[in-house]
Amino acid sequence: MTPEKPLSPHIQIYRWEITMLASILHRAAGIALAAGTVLLVWLLLALASGPVAYECFHKFITSPVGTVLLLGWTGALFFHMGNGFRHLVMDTGRGYSVVAAKRSAFAVFVFAVLMTLLVWFVACPWQ
Amino acid sequence: MSNSPQRILSPLARARGAGSAHHGAGHWLHQRITALANIPLMLWLVWSVVHMQDWNYAAVSLWLAQPINAILMILAVLSTFYHAALGAQVVVEDYIHHPGFKMVKLIGLRLFFIAAAVASVFSILKVAFAG
Repeated sequence: MTPEKPLSPHIQIYRWEITMLASILHRAAGIALAAGTVLLVWLLLALASGPVAYECFHKFITSPVGTVLLLGWTGALFFHMGNGFRHLVMDTGRGYSVVAAKRSAFAVFVFAVLMTLLVWFVACPWQ
Repeated sequence: MSNSPQRILSPLARARGAGSAHHGAGHWLHQRITALANIPLMLWLVWSVVHMQDWNYAAVSLWLAQPINAILMILAVLSTFYHAALGAQVVVEDYIHHPGFKMVKLIGLRLFFIAAAVASVFSILKVAFAG
């Protein structure tokens, strides 16, 4: 009779953990920010091209779609920044205990939400 | 670092610090250096956008024409775009498994970010020198 061996975790059997959510969102936010560079290039090209081109960019970025993109970019930026800082700290070998990793991941979410709210609703540039 | 017969790297490859990925720790280190630079640069960019007097063409051009703003914007573009290119490269390496398609994606990404950086730096300089 073969002894019972522990089975390796299967892709369908897992529990969501905040650390894993932070890891997945870090990459997703990074991809979103990389795509968002197109908006920054557009802004700079429009500024160099003149008032008409700038007006076109301005009209897009203040439209509902542009506003949602900019809001998402702000959230992605602060999440990626906070979690990136967390990774830099972990690169020094600190914060690897389960409790510390969960706590720092939670802190990153709080930081991202607070900074996004601060930028949009406290220092709102369209008021 | 033992001289056991099992070691895979040639002495030269080991001296260069290049592992199985052939580019050593360069990618890893560049990603961290640009990450550190990105933090103050992006905080500056968001702070500047929030504190912009007005969002019309004249005000934004005048702002970008200031030497300190033009310099910081060039640094921000170079650092974040390089960081984005390094990150996007890892994503492609992780998820695209077809060798030919992977190479096309990697080259395409690199060309895109080089073009984006050149277009951005040229635009910043044009606004800065015209203003």
